[in-house]
Amino acid sequence: MKYQKTRKQKEIIHLHDVDRFYHMGESLVRAVNKMNICIREGDFVAIMGQSGSGKSTSMNLVGSLDIPTHGKIYLDEKDTSKFTESDLAQLRGKKIGFIFQQFNLIPNLTALENVMLPMLFQNVEESERKQRAKEILILVKLEKRINHYPNQLSGGEQQRVAIARALANNPEIILADEPTGNLDSKTGEIVMKFLNKLNEEGKTIVMVTHDKNLAIKHAKEIYWLKDGQVEKITRLVGNEWRKISDCHTPR
Amino acid sequence: MIKDYFVLSTKNLKRRGVRSWLTLLGIFIGITAVIALISLGDGLKTAVNSQFGVSSTQLITVQAGGLSGYGPPGSFVVNPLTKEDAEAISKLSTVELAIPRRVETLNLEFNNKLQVTAVGSIPIENTQKVYELQEISAQYGRLLNKDDSGKVVLGNNLADPKKNGFDKEIMPGASVTIGGEKFRVVGIMEKKGSFILDGAILMLEPDLKDLMNDGDKASVIIVQVKNKDLMTKAQIEIEDLMRERRNDRKGEEDFEVSTPEAMLATVNQVLTGVQMFIVLIATIAIIIGTIGIVNTMMTSVMERKKEIGIMKAIGARNSDIFLQFLIESGMLGLIGGIVGVIAGIGIGYLGTLGINYFIGSETTPGINFILISTTLIGSFIIGAIAGITPAMKAARQNPVEVLRG
Repeated sequence: MKYQKTRKQKEIIHLHDVDRFYHMGESLVRAVNKMNICIREGDFVAIMGQSGSGKSTSMNLVGSLDIPTHGKIYLDEKDTSKFTESDLAQLRGKKIGFIFQQFNLIPNLTALENVMLPMLFQNVEESERKQRAKEILILVKLEKRINHYPNQLSGGEQQRVAIARALANNPEIILADEPTGNLDSKTGEIVMKFLNKLNEEGKTIVMVTHDKNLAIKHAKEIYWLKDGQVEKITRLVGNEWRKISDCHTPR
Repeated sequence: MIKDYFVLSTKNLKRRGVRSWLTLLGIFIGITAVIALISLGDGLKTAVNSQFGVSSTQLITVQAGGLSGYGPPGSFVVNPLTKEDAEAISKLSTVELAIPRRVETLNLEFNNKLQVTAVGSIPIENTQKVYELQEISAQYGRLLNKDDSGKVVLGNNLADPKKNGFDKEIMPGASVTIGGEKFRVVGIMEKKGSFILDGAILMLEPDLKDLMNDGDKASVIIVQVKNKDLMTKAQIEIEDLMRERRNDRKGEEDFEVSTPEAMLATVNQVLTGVQMFIVLIATIAIIIGTIGIVNTMMTSVMERKKEIGIMKAIGARNSDIFLQFLIESGMLGLIGGIVGVIAGIGIGYLGTLGINYFIGSETTPGINFILISTTLIGSFIIGAIAGITPAMKAARQNPVEVLRG
C-alpha cells in the first residue's frame, strides 16, 4: 500500500543547479558542477560514483552540512540559504539522521549517551531522551550493550549504535555515507537490512557509495556521478532499471 | 539542559592527559597563595598586634637607644633612662602619670632546671595603676602589693609544665630561684596571648634593683596621657624634654618616644608590604594559569575537530558547541581553584597552628564560606574567560572540513 503513494511524492530535498567550488592553492576545484538532485519522500536513493566524482561533496550538500557556491538547496521546499546557521543546524538535527563510514561515535560517551546526544540539541527532556534511546537501541538489538563505550564495541555494533543515533530524533531522512565501507560483508549485509527495513517503514534513505552492486541491490533510484556532475539517473521499475531524463520527471 | 553540558564537560575532562592538568598549576598556585594569604594574614596581624599588648591607646612608651644594644653603630653609649627622667615627664601638662619600669633578663631556676627569663619591675608607687594600664590580672593566686618583697608573679606560660621547660607545674606557693636569690611565687598571670608577657616574671622594683645592683635605671618609661586627643602634643613635649635632659641635638636622639598607633602602624605597614608582594605573585600565577588554559583548550579544539563536526552533523548549533567548550574551560579553572582552596586552607591552618605554637597566641585562620565560594566562582569565571577564544574557534569549525577523512 505504501508504495502507491510514490506516484505523487513530495520532494523533501532538492538541489537546484548547485555548484560547489573549492580553492586548492592556485587552482579552482569544481567538486560539484550544475548538479540537480531531487530526493522524494519515502524513496531509497543511492548516489553512486568513484572517488573524485563529487559524491562526498554532494552528500554534504544534501545533508545541508555544506553551503553551495551557486544554486539553491531546498529542504522541505524551503530555501536553506534563508536560514541562519543555527536554525539550519536545528532543522538538520530534526530532519536528517547521519550514518558515516567511520561510524563517528563520540568516544567518551556510552552507546546510550551517543544515542541521547542528538535529542539534547533538540531540547528533549532527559528522562524522555533516555527512554527513547533505550527503545531505539533495543530496535537495533544492542540492549545488552547500552553502557559500553565505542571502543568496547565491534565495528558492526558501532554502526548499529550510529544507526540508532541517526534515528534518535525520528528524522524523515537517513543519510548514509558508505555505511558498509568499514564492515565485513556479512555485517554490512545486516546494516543494509536495517536500512531497507527503515525504508519500508517510510523513512527516506539517501546512501552515498562507490559500490555499484550495493546500490543496485538496495536502492530504488541511482544518481550516477562523474566529474562533479550527474551523468545519468536510473530508477527501478518492476525488475528493470530505467533511465530518467531529469530529476523532475514524474515517477 | 545546561546541566547536560556540565556532564559532557566532566566526561571530556576525565580523558584529558597530564598535560592539561599541568597547565592548571598557575591557577592552583595563585588561588593557594590568595587563600593562604587571607586565612593567614588576619591571624598574623592579630598575633603581631597582640604581642604589643597595647589595648590602651593613651599610653606612650619612652625607651633609651643603645640600652639594649639596638642603637645605631657608633652610638652604642649606654645612656639609660632614669627615675628622674620619669619624674620630669610626669610634670608635663599633658601627662597624667609617668612610671619607670625595668626589664632585665635573669636566670630562673626550678626543679633543678634553668631558664633565662625576662623580669619586669613593678613600682612600689602606683602599683595598681600599672596593672590597670597594662591590663595585668591574676589567674591563680594574686598580684604583687607594695610590701611583697621577696615574692614574684609568673607569666602564664611559666606555670605550664608543657611550656615552661621545667617539666613541672609552678603554682602559687612554690619557691623559685631568680638570679641566685630565692623568691616565693604568689600568683600566676592571666594568659595574654603574647609570648613576652606570658613568659615574664614580675617582681617589685627594689628587689630587681638589688639583684642587678646597678643603681636607679629605667628600661622604659610608661606615660599615661591626660586624654587621647593630647597624644601627639604629649609625644612632642616628651621628645623636647628628653632632648634637653640628654643634651641631644634634633635628629640625633638616642631615645625613642613611641605611641601604640605608631608601633602598630609600622608593623602593619610591613605586613601590608608582604601581602602586596604575595598578591602580586598570585596575580602573575593566575595570569600564567589563564594563558595555560587558553593553550590547552586551543589544543583540545584542534584534537577534537572531528568530534565537533559530528556534533554539528547531528544538530548541534554553534552556540551549543561554544557553550560546551566554555563550560569545559570554566571547569578546568574550577578544578584548579578547588585544589588551590584546599591547599590554601591547609597552609592557613598549619600556619596559624605554627604562629600559635611559637608565639603563644590564640588566633584562628580567617576562612569563611563566602571567601571559599567567591574564590571558586572566580576560578570558574577565570577558566571560562580563558575559554572564550577557543570556544569561538570550536563553534566556527566547518563541519564539512572536520568530517573529511
